[in-house]
Amino acid sequence: MFKHEWLETNIGLLTILTMLAISIGGLVEIAPLFFIKNTVEKVDGVRPYTPLELRGRDIYQREGCYLCHSQMIRPFRDEALRYGHYSLAAESQYDHPFQWGSKRTGPDLARVGKKYSNEWMVAHLVSPRSLVPESVMPNFPWLLTTQLDYSDIEDRMRALRIAGVPYSLTKAEYDANVKKFGKQTADMLDINKARQNLIKQAEDNDYDGDPSNISEMDALVAYLQVLGTMVDFSKYDDDEFVKYR
Amino acid sequence: MTTTEIGSNEQYNFDIVRRFSFTAVLWGLIGMSIGVWIASELAWPFLNFDIPYITFSRFRPAHTTTVIFGFGGSALFATSYYIVQRTCQARLVSDFLANFTFWGWTAAIALADVSYMLGYTQSREYAEMEWPIDILVEVVWVAYMAVFIGTIMKRKQPHIYVANWFYLSFILATALLHTFNNLAIPISLFSMKSYSLFAGTQDAMTQWWYGHNAVGFFLTAAFLGMMYYFVPKQAGRPIYSYRLSIVHFWALSFLYMWVGAHHLHWTALPDWTSTLAATFSIMLLLPSWGGMINGIMTLSGAWDKLRTDPVMRFLIVALSFYGMSTFEGPLMALKDVNALSHYTDWTVGHVHSGALGWVAMVSFGSLYHMIPRIWNTKIWSEKLIGIHFWLATIGVLLYITAMWISGITQGLMWRAFDQYGNLQYSFVESVAAMHPLYMMRAIGGMFYVSGMLLMVINVMMTIRQGNNAPVQVPSGNLSVAGA
Repeated sequence: MFKHEWLETNIGLLTILTMLAISIGGLVEIAPLFFIKNTVEKVDGVRPYTPLELRGRDIYQREGCYLCHSQMIRPFRDEALRYGHYSLAAESQYDHPFQWGSKRTGPDLARVGKKYSNEWMVAHLVSPRSLVPESVMPNFPWLLTTQLDYSDIEDRMRALRIAGVPYSLTKAEYDANVKKFGKQTADMLDINKARQNLIKQAEDNDYDGDPSNISEMDALVAYLQVLGTMVDFSKYDDDEFVKYR
Repeated sequence: MTTTEIGSNEQYNFDIVRRFSFTAVLWGLIGMSIGVWIASELAWPFLNFDIPYITFSRFRPAHTTTVIFGFGGSALFATSYYIVQRTCQARLVSDFLANFTFWGWTAAIALADVSYMLGYTQSREYAEMEWPIDILVEVVWVAYMAVFIGTIMKRKQPHIYVANWFYLSFILATALLHTFNNLAIPISLFSMKSYSLFAGTQDAMTQWWYGHNAVGFFLTAAFLGMMYYFVPKQAGRPIYSYRLSIVHFWALSFLYMWVGAHHLHWTALPDWTSTLAATFSIMLLLPSWGGMINGIMTLSGAWDKLRTDPVMRFLIVALSFYGMSTFEGPLMALKDVNALSHYTDWTVGHVHSGALGWVAMVSFGSLYHMIPRIWNTKIWSEKLIGIHFWLATIGVLLYITAMWISGITQGLMWRAFDQYGNLQYSFVESVAAMHPLYMMRAIGGMFYVSGMLLMVINVMMTIRQGNNAPVQVPSGNLSVAGA
């Protein structure tokens, strides 16, 4: 007959049973997410970030944007009207770490890409209240005046490659990317060409309105402008993604 | 007292308890002051001053880290080292390791705060520390585990007192959570920057498994350990029901680990996971209230102490807030309620009714009980404790009332439609509506910090009049509840 007293007088037994009690929940809820195929939807268009977008995402993290802006639209009518199609798991499959957020002091940004011009984005980041007087967002003027450091862009992509993002180092990986994403995208995901790709994207688009240099603003706006734009929802039936939920 | 000669020359290691108690109140003052500052930034955005280091979004993790791990963590180290020695009637197993946990932990908090302000963050809530600091914390934690379990192993009492079970569960769970939630790949050995090993859905699930159990074990189980020792001590009565504490312990430890995914209702996380989490969240109400009842009923027969003893008042009001928050939590974990409350200030209010009302108040009560004892003196001013109590209570009530109103208002405004079926409000209209409530919240915080400041003064004056005379480990056989 079991007596609780055995545990109360034996630290080894108490430790083992406590460990058991606290391990089960996580195992049951987390481990299957890596194995159940339908956890991440099958959908076309989602690709890893380009080198410039990736640096922009780093800055988004550095400044703590996730603390006030979610990137996860829920399947409600009001959110569909305000933000667009609800977010798919597939859309953050290359997000290390995820940026779903937990609080909307400001609006959701999951589909903010291409909704505002680059000029608006820059002016708003430098001084939000100049465009939206009631806003409580801080000013981020230093983004415009700080040169983007991309000296370690290859290190960053290599680390993400280890985590499973299909950035390519070898010819075989590059060929696989061509097959999966097409040549144009595969070129952008090539770590060997990272630096020239980054410079070219910044110069071609000139996000911050100052062609003379590549600022942190260039990178952040490049990132914001791609958010939520990768999947073309007009190609899918309305209830296509319900079956994955 | 009958004595045997074994171990009669041993003394308690109260130096380590003194250090952690002192840094706990200091971190409390710093962390809560940062809290008031960032709350004010939301009410009056000019306070960001265009300085990157104190901009809301970089400063907020410094607030959460300093109060949770600096204030809460140091209070837990202090009380656990005190309780484990007293209830086991044994000196800590290693002074060196205990000192290492002090310097390592204090350094980790300071480094974390500075690194966030400089822009180094994993952007995982309550786990923002970058990989080198994570490794430091991991090493400190292993040392902590060794000291705690090692001391229990050399106990003179056959029974391990119930408070120690809760501390043990907290130490094990924190090790597990910290390790798996911080799996990351540094971009190089010479850079602070890393990328999470997991992505998207799996990463979100891992983070909120961590995030909610930081609440469940760091901010709940451990503070229940505090409750199980200091409430009976302060009341001078044994714990209400020993049987209830057994059920409470196992149910809480088992159930908490399932509920994290209620932070991800209606997201791209599969429904089965969040539904499971909601179910367990409801079940969790039972052990939570079991614990609250066990604590409050310990006072039965001594209710008059609530009128006369401000320390008791802190402990009992803390338990009331615990009961309130653990009722509100399962409510918010229901999918339909969560659809309204998620992403709003309601969540912020809920966290603070737990953090300010329960965690901080039970710590205040415990520290006020313990600090005079470890410095061999009386508290400098009992009256100041009374004032602290009222400042804290008014502060937390203002805070959570403001956040209930703002949270529910936000939720309703976001989903309001006009007669044509269009959205009734733009997003920024909801932001504007929050302004008076953000002011009210900041004022509530100011009340709370003023109380904290009085505590720092009271503690410093108490230390001045006290001394560090060593305390002998008793060698007789004391009863468990009286130990």
